[in-house]
Amino acid sequence: MAESVGTRALVRLDLRLDRLRLGLLIGGLAAFVAMVCSSFDSLYPEAADRQSFAADMSASGAIRAFYGTVYGTSIGALTAWRSSGMTAIAALVAMFLVVRHTRGDEESGRRELLGATVVGRQAPLVATLVVALAAYVVLAAAITLVLLALGQPFAGSLALGLAFAGMGWVFAGVAAVAAQLTVSSRTANGIAAAVLAVAALLRMGGNAADANGGSAPWPVWLSPMGWADQVRPFAGNHWWVLILFVVATAVLVAAALVLSTRRDVGGGLLPTRPGPAAGASWLRSPVALAWRLQWGSLLAWAVGLGVFGAVIGGVAKSAADVVRDNPDLADMIERLGGKGVISDAFLAGSIGFLGVAAAGCGIQAALRLRGEETSERAEPVLATSVPRLRWAGSHFVFAFVGPAVAMLVAGVAAGVAYGLSLGDGLDQVGRVLAGALVQLPAVWVMAGVAILLIGAFPRWSSASWLALIAVIVILFVADLIDGAQWLKDLSPFTHIPKVPGGSVQALPLVLLTTVAAALSTTGIEALRRRDLG
Amino acid sequence: MDDVIEIAGLRKHFGPTKALDGLDLTVRAGEVHGFLGPNGAGKSTTLRVLLGLLRSDGGTARMLGGDPWHDAAALHHRLAYVPGDVTLWPGLSGGEVIDLLGRLRGGLDPKRRAALLERFELDPTKKSRNYSKGNRQKVALVAALASDVELLLLDEPTSGLDPLMEAAFRECVEEARQEGRTALLSSHILAEVEVLCDRVTIIRDGRTVETGSLAELRHLTRTSVRAELAQPADGLSDLPGVHDLDVEGNRVHCQVDTAHLDDLLRHLAAAGIRSLVSQPPTLEELFLRHYSGDDGADVAVGAGAAAGAGEGGDDG
Repeated sequence: MAESVGTRALVRLDLRLDRLRLGLLIGGLAAFVAMVCSSFDSLYPEAADRQSFAADMSASGAIRAFYGTVYGTSIGALTAWRSSGMTAIAALVAMFLVVRHTRGDEESGRRELLGATVVGRQAPLVATLVVALAAYVVLAAAITLVLLALGQPFAGSLALGLAFAGMGWVFAGVAAVAAQLTVSSRTANGIAAAVLAVAALLRMGGNAADANGGSAPWPVWLSPMGWADQVRPFAGNHWWVLILFVVATAVLVAAALVLSTRRDVGGGLLPTRPGPAAGASWLRSPVALAWRLQWGSLLAWAVGLGVFGAVIGGVAKSAADVVRDNPDLADMIERLGGKGVISDAFLAGSIGFLGVAAAGCGIQAALRLRGEETSERAEPVLATSVPRLRWAGSHFVFAFVGPAVAMLVAGVAAGVAYGLSLGDGLDQVGRVLAGALVQLPAVWVMAGVAILLIGAFPRWSSASWLALIAVIVILFVADLIDGAQWLKDLSPFTHIPKVPGGSVQALPLVLLTTVAAALSTTGIEALRRRDLG
Repeated sequence: MDDVIEIAGLRKHFGPTKALDGLDLTVRAGEVHGFLGPNGAGKSTTLRVLLGLLRSDGGTARMLGGDPWHDAAALHHRLAYVPGDVTLWPGLSGGEVIDLLGRLRGGLDPKRRAALLERFELDPTKKSRNYSKGNRQKVALVAALASDVELLLLDEPTSGLDPLMEAAFRECVEEARQEGRTALLSSHILAEVEVLCDRVTIIRDGRTVETGSLAELRHLTRTSVRAELAQPADGLSDLPGVHDLDVEGNRVHCQVDTAHLDDLLRHLAAAGIRSLVSQPPTLEELFLRHYSGDDGADVAVGAGAAAGAGEGGDDG
């Protein structure tokens, strides 16, 4: 037990440091679930309406790929179905929390300060896991309570709460293992995020193939996100699926604890190589430095969005499968312009999701500048003859170019995959790519919000992520709320033309680009005037 | 151009905290200027104002004939800076950082770079995350010293170095002085300051309390005098500048303001001196007196109130 002495004090420390983040997570997700539930309640009060809605949503593989398979038509079951994507947010928060308190503290040297006190070797890891696992139990309780308050049955409410908790648990475990492998917390986050992306892809693929709503196909069972669906809250409540979460978490935590004893504090299991003795000749400008620091994550974004783009393009054809079994609908669609319309609508909608993800890339790139400032790495650069605006621009340029490249890659990948599935070769690339590129003005608005915060309200820079989460929530629920057009209008992505399929109007694109430029200019001007550090 | 840095009445506050409260500092061309003060006195804040990272709230600051805020980029061609707490990009090697910073400043001398790497025994291939504090400091020192600049701003540059490397650093600063460069050296290592600096400025709570050459500063403080006399001396306690007087028969022990040493000795000589020990204040006593908390505090050096030597703090 000497290995974990001091855990109790560290638990208190972690709670002190993360009370705001955990409060936001628990309150935010519970509020989200409550919002979805009451929207279904007011939008589809009749069982018959819900049945036809559920039938529409299950008809096409492409829609199932995104929202999951509908397993029941009660209000609770529809709430569980529509909220399931948010389990990814629960997983992300768990990941960042664990990495920050383990590898993050080691990297910054805080771990050394703690380690010299009466704190066991395993205590920081154990304390973080205790906090993370307990926080997700509280989350489960909060979700159960809000659903009960909305008149939902207890069993289903609890099952949905535990499905969220399960995702948090497993990814706390994934992050704990990733934190043992590398010396950089950024890489540890990247490894854990890649695991989450694979889990999301397996779930998408499995759900797309799951036409009958019976036993789920195998890819779903490889993905913790798929398990969360398979708990089937309000639709049978498969309690035994929760065992998968518990077992996986236990295995991952045990692995992390074993791995952590096999390495030095501050060291990793993956080897670090020596670097060059001299700077490459291109490493001679602030932009070159920013590129040197950012290319890894920009590449990861481009590859990630490219893979998701290919999957979207690959399943888009099946979006029109609904027509096969429904002659009335087929007639209507023929009048509207043929099967292509449904696939186009699916492509336009799902590329919108990619746009929101690309906004994450832009925000991350912009926030690098703030990271340079707070870590005091900006100081030596600004003590050379680099003007402040050139330094700021060196990182901000990647907040615009990075997501543009990622969307380019995603658009081409989606277009190629769609064309291949239709047997059209590369004919579809232009149309689909256009759909990806029209997202950029909205993506840049989000980057502009980050730049404005960094310049004018530096202490609140990370609130940029809250802005992104707000956009995601709007994307998921706004269409379920009556008269919520004003809410939808708050998101820049609402104003993006639906391409392919729709027509491109220049005005909203020009306006959004102008807004992005105004936000960025204001932020940069504020940055020019304020104290740094 | 005679003064490289001219600061007068500089003010800077962070919210309610006054970091600089009327600071004065003059650094002459070609000198190595010691910049001293207790932790939190405002040394790093002053350097950050000089670097154009912080905007001053009042007073004037000129550096190399320009305005540190408005002309930052142009001035930085001509100076190099070593931060007290060196943080580097964990994924870049030391060699990469040195070259990058040198090029951003407008170029560095490869021969000098190689010589400095050897002198400081620094392995440039290590990734920055694997460097110790001292080695990170060496990276910053090599990057700064390898450039041909007029002014060096050094913020506690040796706090992580071993004595051997500290000696190497002193040589480098000495060479810089011989080449006619100017240096502002913030440091807590008094021996280093004593050896290297032509003049020093002592600050406390954001104000200048003392400035001048070491000889001048010594002059403003007290000398300890211990004497054995032929007969008891009268009227010693009435002499100006005599403190902590302790008379035991023919033996006298006291502190005297160095400016009044003449008077005291004349008085003692009148009584007939059998033996005399006089000790000038050590540098350490000098600093301890200024570093200590309130104006009246006395840090076991018998220095008493700072009033006698407080003329340095002539800020408005």
